[in-house]
Amino acid sequence: MAISFDSALGIHEDALLLRARRAEVLANNIANADTPGFQARDLDFEAVLRGETDSELDEPVVELVQTQPGHSDDLLESDFAAELMYRIPYQPSVDGNTVEVQEEMARYTDNAIRFQSSFTLLNSKFTGLMGAIKGE
Amino acid sequence: MSLSNVFGIAGSAMNAQSIRLNTTASNMANAESVSSSEGETYRARKPVFAVKAPSAEDYAAADAGQVPGQGVEVLEIVESEAPLRMAYEPSHPMADENGYVYYPNVNVVEEMADMISASRSFQINAEIMNTAKQMLQRTLTLGE
Repeated sequence: MAISFDSALGIHEDALLLRARRAEVLANNIANADTPGFQARDLDFEAVLRGETDSELDEPVVELVQTQPGHSDDLLESDFAAELMYRIPYQPSVDGNTVEVQEEMARYTDNAIRFQSSFTLLNSKFTGLMGAIKGE
Repeated sequence: MSLSNVFGIAGSAMNAQSIRLNTTASNMANAESVSSSEGETYRARKPVFAVKAPSAEDYAAADAGQVPGQGVEVLEIVESEAPLRMAYEPSHPMADENGYVYYPNVNVVEEMADMISASRSFQINAEIMNTAKQMLQRTLTLGE
């Protein structure tokens, strides 16, 4: 029986990538904590992970069509993170900024811990594989 | 990789906050710089923050629609439009012909609050950078 890395590593590989991407989104929220009118964003982790692991998405994806040669194939969205969700603030502020630093910090730390746990699981899978290869 | 972008994002925020601290320091230092005409008087300076849009490379590196902003940038530094404080001090060497001197429109209380806010934001972004460093260092030990 051949060892398939995909089935051996399971979900953790995708999870690790997503955790890294979410860290970027949350870091951007915190960086813009003092930017007037900035709206905090977040990834729906479960939904994105489901999309990553399933080959078929539940909802059909509407794609942009290039009908003229001058049309760009990217950068068409004026809102550059259209698939990221907007945060609903507990206490909206006067300048329209919806970043709550303590909340974002908690999520960022939580994300980092979960990154570490995914990493530890992935690492132990590798250790297991190494053991199997060496026959120890 | 997205984790290394975190360094850029947190770095841009720290840079923006240090510019804000610099303007605050300048405002505080000049809070009592009087002059004899409205035009020459120092006015409080404030940085304008905005989200830094991702570059074309950032789009190419990730799925469409999933790219967050890449930190914060300082668009410009504007001078406050608040009215200047006029004081009647005829014996002041800088007094104009009517005996008035013009004080800058620096609100010291506001500047102090700004300073604390800027230094706290700086600290938080340094913390973010530290956590990202730990996560990145962790990935380098994979398989050991």
